[in-house]
Amino acid sequence: MSLGLEHYLILSAILFSIGLYGALAKRNAVVVLMCIEIMLNAVNIAMVAFSRYLVPDVVVLTGHVFAIFIMTVAAAEAAVGLAIIITIYRNRHTVDIEQADLMQG
Amino acid sequence: MTELAFWVIAIVLVSSALAVVLLRNVFRAALLLIVCFFGVAALYITLNADFLAAAQVLIYAGAIGILLLFAIMLTRDLHSGNPFHRLHLPALVLSLLLLATIIGVVIGTDWTTISEVPQVVEMPLDEPTTSYIAIALFDQDNGFVLPFEIASVLLLAALIGAVVLVRREGKD
Repeated sequence: MSLGLEHYLILSAILFSIGLYGALAKRNAVVVLMCIEIMLNAVNIAMVAFSRYLVPDVVVLTGHVFAIFIMTVAAAEAAVGLAIIITIYRNRHTVDIEQADLMQG
Repeated sequence: MTELAFWVIAIVLVSSALAVVLLRNVFRAALLLIVCFFGVAALYITLNADFLAAAQVLIYAGAIGILLLFAIMLTRDLHSGNPFHRLHLPALVLSLLLLATIIGVVIGTDWTTISEVPQVVEMPLDEPTTSYIAIALFDQDNGFVLPFEIASVLLLAALIGAVVLVRREGKD
């Protein structure tokens, strides 16, 4: 069985689910951010695989362009997210997201 | 050859991503996340995406990996480890449901149909992608010039926002 689009899409789905599980189930805010990065990488794999396999014999590069934009947004998100986490740690001395309940009624 | 590479990379990717979620030590989880980023870069090479592989190594494995390691060191919360919270079973069920749905859709769809999407640029296989990505990004008619400019403004805003957030009050 030769390598096809389905292999890449299923690998991307597995990675996305692992990242989703981690982002929903972990208590350390830094680990939640790491799991979000895994999810973004999984989406990028799917984009590039579509770009490679959608039309036989040629490559349509719109998927690559989308992957580049996702990388840009991921870099901005990591910088701002980690700055927020460091600020929370400075004020509350923990990065446990269950302790960050200042706005809970 | 590509098939063997794909399976090796897939095993490395899935096991390192699982280790990021399951390991107790946050620092080791971050190092394995960098392994995961390198695996994605290798996967891009099997997909003939050389520019994206280089960008992946530079941006993810380099910049974001180092940023995460710095954040772990600055928060000094290693002793509390990497615990799950009390809703982790519903989260697991939700993730598995999503995985089953996506796999069902992927297998059930007939992917051989050629898309009717208007194509920005086409390139033959086995050529370097960099110049073709530039054409796709900056094409006069259906390129991505405005999103490109917005992305630069977004990066500037993120830069200023991060500096403002972590600056200590009253020290400067």
